[in-house]
Amino acid sequence: MAQTSTDITSLQSSQATRQPRQRQMSDLRIMQLFILPTVILLILMNIFPLIYSLYLSFTNYSVIADKAPEWIGIQNYTTILSDQRFWANFATTGRYALISVILQTLIGFGLALLLRNKFKGSGLVTTLILVPMMLSPIVVATFWKLMFNPSLGIFNYLLGYTDINTSPLWLGDPNLALWAIVIVDVWMWSPFVMLLCLAGLSAIPEYLYEAAAIDRASAWFQFRRITLPQVMPLLLIAVLFRTIEAFKQFDLVMGLTSGGPGDVTETVSIRLYKLAFQGQYDTGMSSALAYIILIIIIAVSNLYIRSLNKARGA
Amino acid sequence: MLKKFALLLMVALLMVMGVGGSVVAQDVTELTIWWAQWAPADFLQQVGNDYEAATGIKVTVVQTPWGDFYNRVGTEWAAKGTSYDLIVGDSQWVGQGVTQGHYVDLTDFMVSNGIDKTVTPATLQYYGEYPPGSGKYYAYPTEGDANGWAYRKDLFEDETNKADFEAAYGYALDIPQTWEQLRDIAEFFTGRQEGLYGVAVYTQDDYDAITMGFENIFFSYGADWYDADYNVLGVVNSPEAVAALELYRELYQFAPPGTNDAFFQEMNDAFTNGQAAMIMNYFAFFPALDSDANPYRDATGYFVMPTGPGGERFAALGGQGISLNSYIDDARKQASLDFILWFAQEDTQRRWAELGGYTCNINVLESEEFLNQTPYNRAFAETMTFVKDFWNIPEFGQLLEPTQRYLSSYIVAGQGTAQEALDALAEEQDAILVETGVIQP
Repeated sequence: MAQTSTDITSLQSSQATRQPRQRQMSDLRIMQLFILPTVILLILMNIFPLIYSLYLSFTNYSVIADKAPEWIGIQNYTTILSDQRFWANFATTGRYALISVILQTLIGFGLALLLRNKFKGSGLVTTLILVPMMLSPIVVATFWKLMFNPSLGIFNYLLGYTDINTSPLWLGDPNLALWAIVIVDVWMWSPFVMLLCLAGLSAIPEYLYEAAAIDRASAWFQFRRITLPQVMPLLLIAVLFRTIEAFKQFDLVMGLTSGGPGDVTETVSIRLYKLAFQGQYDTGMSSALAYIILIIIIAVSNLYIRSLNKARGA
Repeated sequence: MLKKFALLLMVALLMVMGVGGSVVAQDVTELTIWWAQWAPADFLQQVGNDYEAATGIKVTVVQTPWGDFYNRVGTEWAAKGTSYDLIVGDSQWVGQGVTQGHYVDLTDFMVSNGIDKTVTPATLQYYGEYPPGSGKYYAYPTEGDANGWAYRKDLFEDETNKADFEAAYGYALDIPQTWEQLRDIAEFFTGRQEGLYGVAVYTQDDYDAITMGFENIFFSYGADWYDADYNVLGVVNSPEAVAALELYRELYQFAPPGTNDAFFQEMNDAFTNGQAAMIMNYFAFFPALDSDANPYRDATGYFVMPTGPGGERFAALGGQGISLNSYIDDARKQASLDFILWFAQEDTQRRWAELGGYTCNINVLESEEFLNQTPYNRAFAETMTFVKDFWNIPEFGQLLEPTQRYLSSYIVAGQGTAQEALDALAEEQDAILVETGVIQP
């Protein structure tokens, strides 16, 4: 009995000492514990592959070969940067991104201005315009491929070409293939720019226009001095997103032309895919190319973000 | 019923005789085979079902779309995975599968069981042997395939067409015997009727289509991808190769507009739509033309590759052999070998052919039953005697990429001349072969 009472006493005292310890766990520690699983997942799924692929970019390595990576320093980077074909890929990507983003911005902003004033059925029209960006890019590429087909497609017919022998070969003509991809990309993503612009336009206080009207400001002046500056931050965000996406564009190009004919529409993403997979499996070189793309995207994004901050400051 | 009994008896005999070595495969209750997604894989599944009925071992044929098949396999190889036991891999993969250790050496198994003698030498060489001429086998030739031609007999036999063609070209309109004749016929039919074009040829550049299409002329013109020492300079860009490429581009000019990214499906579509008088395609895709989907079914004929200027005739090899995954355990390897042994038996091969599979078994190929089974089997059997393939060394993927690119640039995009395209291709291929140590600089 005496033994039992001693046990209980010691148990109570141990609980007493344990309870204050539990109470001592700070909010910070609890937060850390909750975040820990996410951090572990991030390290495993993002940080480790990022660092490992950086290491691989300095090696001669094929993921399907039964050989360990061989350290070759910056050779992959110098090969890429001194290869004319890679520069041609970058030029194709830049041309595509530039034309595509400019057209999307103009069309998206134009649509937003048209849909700014509510009218009967404007909600339905807005929703319908947004449909393309909700579709899967590969599905979009597949049905546009059919529409571009000079024998079966409707695109040439809508443009007024009825003679198949003189109709443009949108995906087979090296002068038109990139434009064909731009057309599809603009069709798909202009609504995204429109959506952000609409959000910006709806936030402009009406009194600014009233004051301008009292001062007999022209419509152009109101647009230039009120509408554009007010929408600019959101417009720049849209441009930033679209530029990054256009630079990484893969699905549409792969679905429409696979980089062809020849390599006239071979963007860096397509080149990266061909290098990393599709018979070549040059893991080292493709890792290096992936890092070059990453650096370019970060650089371009930084330029945009600076412009964005300037626009906000103004 | 009788056939099923025969199968059962054969499998029982094989088991009693303990064919296949000392390792007992009795614990294995299922086998997984990887193949691309197409009709022959469905036929193999049916054959697999027969095997299950006979042995109790379930066979599952996992199909992956052609465009993704190599990527999926490559990823599995990288992981040294055991997701499959057997793989029906493309002929070009053999070198890579062997040198990188993904395929099991089947030489002893095939020779000791006499399987190597049951298939045509060309299929054994291209689907199973590595290095070429070594007598080492890594795959059992499963689906023999090659390029052939389908044509519109109604157009060829039309009296007006025959008279006009003879007046224009000075010889009778008939199945082309030479590539020059094929070109003339393609030109003749282009625009002959509204919406009709002379020919449809492979142009797709994402895997190997345009190269395979071009190879038919390339080899027949006496050109080759490499010489005896694997040199490509002056070989890939030889005068014969240039002439072949110019002819292929000419043929593309007589193809329906919009076939700039065309492979097997687009070939059949051009034919059934009534757009093309002749199409090239792998024999494996001709069953679609011998069905109600083809409005010209009764007027569809088939012929083999024409000859080149020197009288040589080659057809680009398709098809695949079945190989054993080197990363599975011994029991599964033994069970897989048992399956191959059963599959290679003449009765099974006959059943395989009946279902629509393209057997490589000599006896089945030569049988009247097989030759008369479909309108294209006779042409197929003849074609399998003059097939030729692309590189099958481990570097084939690296070599294929610029080949596709330069061919597409010239044929489809019309950039530069044939000589420029092949000169650039030869230089790039040479650089790859030097860098990988296949040839010395």
